[in-house]
Formats: sequence, structure tokens, C-alpha cells
Amino acid sequence: MSARDRILSKLRAGQPAQPLPAPVLDEHFGPRAGTDSPAQRLARFRTGIESFHAEVHITSEAGWPALLARLCADKKVATLLYGADTPAGRRIADAPFAGTTPRAWVGPVEGLKADLFHRIDAGFTQTRGAIAETGTLIVWPSEAEPRTLSLVPPIHFALLDARHIHPTFFDAIRLENWGASLPTNALLISGPSKTADIQQTLAYGAHGPKELVVLVINAEGEPQ
Amino acid sequence: MSAQTAHGSSTEKPIAFVSAQALRERMHTAVNDPHLRTSFRGAMDFLMAKRAAQFPDESELASLRSLSEGIRQYSLARLPDLLEQLEASLTLNGVQVHWAETPAEANAIMLGIAQRHSAKLIVKGKSMVSEEIEFNHAMEAAGVGALESDMGEYIVQLAGEKPSHIIMPAIHQTKQQIAKLFAEHIPGVEYTDNVDALIQIGRRVLREKFEIADIGLSGVNFAVAETGTLCLVENEGNGRMCTTVPKVHIAVTGIEKVVEKLEHVAPLFSILTRSATGQAVSTYFNMISGPRKPGEKDGPEEVHLVLLDNGRTQAYADEQLRKTLQCIRCGACMNHCPVYTRIGGHAYGTTYPGPIGKIVSPHMMGLEETHLLPTVSSLCGACGEVCPVKIPIPELLIRLREEAQSEPHAKPAMVGQGAGYNRLASFGWRMWARVYGRPGSYRAFSWLATRLRMFSPSKQGGWTAARTPLTPAPRRLRDMVKDRR
Repeated sequence: MSARDRILSKLRAGQPAQPLPAPVLDEHFGPRAGTDSPAQRLARFRTGIESFHAEVHITSEAGWPALLARLCADKKVATLLYGADTPAGRRIADAPFAGTTPRAWVGPVEGLKADLFHRIDAGFTQTRGAIAETGTLIVWPSEAEPRTLSLVPPIHFALLDARHIHPTFFDAIRLENWGASLPTNALLISGPSKTADIQQTLAYGAHGPKELVVLVINAEGEPQ
Repeated sequence: MSAQTAHGSSTEKPIAFVSAQALRERMHTAVNDPHLRTSFRGAMDFLMAKRAAQFPDESELASLRSLSEGIRQYSLARLPDLLEQLEASLTLNGVQVHWAETPAEANAIMLGIAQRHSAKLIVKGKSMVSEEIEFNHAMEAAGVGALESDMGEYIVQLAGEKPSHIIMPAIHQTKQQIAKLFAEHIPGVEYTDNVDALIQIGRRVLREKFEIADIGLSGVNFAVAETGTLCLVENEGNGRMCTTVPKVHIAVTGIEKVVEKLEHVAPLFSILTRSATGQAVSTYFNMISGPRKPGEKDGPEEVHLVLLDNGRTQAYADEQLRKTLQCIRCGACMNHCPVYTRIGGHAYGTTYPGPIGKIVSPHMMGLEETHLLPTVSSLCGACGEVCPVKIPIPELLIRLREEAQSEPHAKPAMVGQGAGYNRLASFGWRMWARVYGRPGSYRAFSWLATRLRMFSPSKQGGWTAARTPLTPAPRRLRDMVKDRR
């Protein structure tokens, strides 16, 4: 018998005869979803993520590339890495960068690992949405926007469509039916990386980005 | 460059093990260390206040605790089915699943993977299970470097120590001690006790390692059976680094961490971060459902999950002891424990310190080694009150005392049952029960005791080690009541 079979047979021998009823989550989360308007959700999201040291800029569908370019200049970003094959990525090449070179991610990470770790100043990604309750971005890396794009560069710029802000994590999972299909890596991100491991003193920029900058579009909220 | 040169002192001997006598001595030493007591008192007060601030609404807390308890109990009731479902989902997603009954088996599986890849360096995200199985020790013995990358774990590894808290491993170290440690062990680093500067030093050193490591190791906070997803909670980003950058990712976890549906994770994640460090949410919640797919440009090419038993099936077999496995490892019980606050995490001598350590360690190590642990408690009940999944820790401590101290019998629920059995003490208590259980004998005994009080011994074993001797009162309560009438 294998270790697997032995573990499972021990568990089966000890398993309670009667299964327990499935937990009911709606009773707890129903009232918490609340009746917030999209504007209130955005305000909650913003308060939350700003308290985790993220920077939030409200902009527009038309104006965000210019804002991104300006923020890159302000932060002295020499190279901005991004995924070209996305709706947002296609607009970055034309953004009015000054002093910043936008660089599209090409090929497997092995080909640009050294640059990624040592020479890229910022990464740009889209987001899938956000969570109002905690001030959290939902990021699903993809072929176009690899996992490390939001992790290794010291600054992470994230584009958020305010129409996709959910009240809670539970609502996001439920409403978008995450249980049916998840990408190889899905992320919740609430601020730049941090640690309080030395004498409970909070320090930002632990191993991931030192700065998280959120560009919010469609803040007015109405669906197109 | 090997990992050993980066951290001079490697883990020499397992400390997940102390004899009863050593436990008493360690506690004595700890209680008499004013520096340790001040730093733990301060840290625990800080963590308690932060947790309290996260739960301003008592009814919300009550509802979330009940829900979380319900999810954990439901998952445990279906544990073998969920493990099989998890294995099937993960396999479908391209993750290789391994099973280990003992720490040695788990280490052998992981060493096998490391050797197949000719790995020289494994970078580690925070994993208490890897501490439980002495992973670093096993890898280093086989010539494979294992480097901790969580800032707290890195500090503890540099110091050649073990974590003293399951969430904040280096809670016992001051910034001055850490500054000294960095200056001594990291080439080119000068003494600074500026916390930001220290963190940046750690960041620089460890980023070099993420880049070149062959394998990343992590724990698992929740494993989702329906989707085949491994969830990791963290703030630093080192967990994401370890699970994303190296070509191979190995996750190791106890078999109890599985839940059925992804939505079950939402309340558990919320109550975990709030109970643990008083954070509304952690910086990262990392959901891994497979290795790099064709077309994807990064992520590990192989993902492995090692499922570890190590005594968990023993706890599972007993209805009451099974509740031990509800734990989501938040550490709130230790933050609120008056004993932990006074003796710190190292005195226990077990991988998991504090109240949770006292109820899980006997299953992992057997009662022979741990029979005193459940007595390291005042049974004040704080741990049970703050537990986010309502584990009745005080009840379990009493049960474990019973298992440890009852006369050895043929069908024990635990390995080492009766290890603390003392014939004389048992006889004494049986006599006491006989005398106190009958009104007539109790009256006769108390009458006698008040008359013979001058013969009370002045040395009364452990009691008089720190207290004045017990002497019966000159008059019984019943006599005083009689006088009043």
C-alpha cells in the first residue's frame, strides 16, 4: 500500500458517518454586498488601497496614456515594461512618453530575466477589477501580461476600470464564477510589498514593488 | 556560491523536541529574562490591539467566526473525498501531487525532485510545515542549499535559530540585534539599525537569490479541491517570487488545509489576516492553479504539491481531537496567551509554540515527548475566545492532559497515551475522590484535618517551590456557619 492509500484509508476509517450540511455563505455576505453606488464603491476602494500606501489617480479612457507618460517622467522611469497584446497595451506605444522607453514584453522570461531584475524600472498591467471592502486589485496574469510583470519591477502601474469594482472578494468569485475557470495564476494585490518583521516596524518595498500606482478609468461608472 | 556562505550558521540540530526536564528549565530561564519578557509583552499588546481594531462590529465577528468554523468542519468531515478531488483537479491542471506519512518521507520526495533537477539552491517562502519536517536540515545534509526569503525567517536562519512565532518569526529579535547579525554575516554590510535600511539590505541579498535559485518552496494556506488551486497569503512578495521565478515550485502542506470550493476561501482569508496581524487584507493573495502553460511567458515549468500526514490522521480519528485540524494558523491564540507572552516562543521547544502548539505537537511527536506541554497553561480560555474557527483549545488541553496522565490502556487514541502516568499521583487522586465524593467521609476528613493542621508538611513538592505551604483552616466553614445560627 502506498503512503497515499494508507493516509486515505486512515481518514476513511475515522470519517464521521453523517456528512455535515454545506456552509451557507450568502447569509453572511448578502448584507455586506450592500447597496453602494459605483461611486461609493470606488471611494471605498480608494480609501482602502491608499491606506496601504498605493497611489490612486482618477483619469479617463481617453486620457490615461498621457497621465501614465507624465507619471513615468515624474518618477524618472527609464524603461517601462508592458504587455503589447492587450487593449491597453496597444495604446501605450503611442503614449507621449518623455525620457521613458516603453518596452513590450517579448518571448519567455528566460530571455529577459537579467533586464527584468536589474534594468526595468516599472511594469504596467491591466487589472480584472477590484474589491471595495478591502481596497484590493484583482490581477489575472496572462500570456500577454506575465506573472512577474506586476512583481519584479520596483514600480507597478495598474489600470483599473471602475465599473469592475466588486463589494467583496466573495462577490467577485460568485458573480464572475471563478470556480468554473481560473488562470494558472490569479492575484489579489493590496498595495506595494511590505513587511513588519523587524520589531513590528512597517517598511515598504520588501521583495516586490516599492510603489503601486493605480490609474482609474470610467470613474463615473455608467456602463457603455 | 552556495546558500551556506550566505548564511553562515546552518540549522544544526532539530529543536522540535524537548524532554520534560528541559521544558521546565527553558521556561524558568525565559521567565527570568526581563529583556525577553518586555519585548514579547510589547509585541503581543501591539498585535492584540491591531486585531481588536479589525473587529469593531461584534455581530459581524460572531457571524464570520461561525461561518469559518462551519467551513472548516464541513471540509474536515469530507476530508478524504476532498483530498482525492484536489489530487484529481491538480493533476488535470498539470500539478504533480505527492503524499507523505512522515517528515522523512516528505523530505525524501523533495530531495528527489531537487536532485532530479541538479538543484544547488532552493529559495523558500514562509512555510511552518517545512519547519515541522526540518526541511532545511534535510536539504543541507544532502548538500542542497535552502534559503529562507521571508524577512523574519531569513533573520532567524542567519541567527541559527527557529521561529519564535508562527506569523512573526523574528519577534524575539530587536533591530539592534538584527543590525549586528546583518553586519556580521552579509559581506559589505555596515552596522545600521534603521529598519528601512535593513529591509533594503535583505531585499538586495534575496533578489539575487530569487534570480538564480533552481527551486522555489512554499507552504499553502488553503488548497481548493474544486479548482485545483493553491492559495498563499503574504505581504512581502517573496512568496510570489518563490512560486513564480524558479523553474520548479514545490508546495508542502498538511493534509488538513483543503476546502471544497473557491468561495469557501473568501471568509477564511478575511478572518485569517484580521486575526493574525490585524490587517484588513494582506498585500498579496496568490492563487496558483498550475505550471506555465504553452504560450505563457513565465511561471514555473513544474509545480509539485507534497501532502503531509505526520500525526494529523491520528487527530482526525477522534471526534473531539479532530477539531485541532480546523486551525488556519493565524497565531491569534499565542498573541493572546498569558503564558506565551511570558515565556516566548522558544521555551516550548516545539515547531509550533503557544496554545496551538500545545494541541498539535502531541499528535506530531507523540505524548512521550510532549506530555508536559498541555500543562503549560493556566486554562484562562483566551485562546479559545479569539480563535477564528472556534477551536475549543482549553477543552482540548484538558483532554490531552487526560490522555497523557491516565493509566496506559490497550486502545489509546494517541501514541504515547499514559506517558505522564504516575502511579502514586493517581492513587492519591483516587483516594481524594473517594473521600470528597461522600458527605460522611468528607465531614470526617475535614474534622480531622482541622485538628491535625499543625502536622502539615512545610515542603509540599512543586507547590512550595514558589508559594507558602498549604495548611488547613483552624475551623471548618460548616462549623463557622453553625456558630452563626
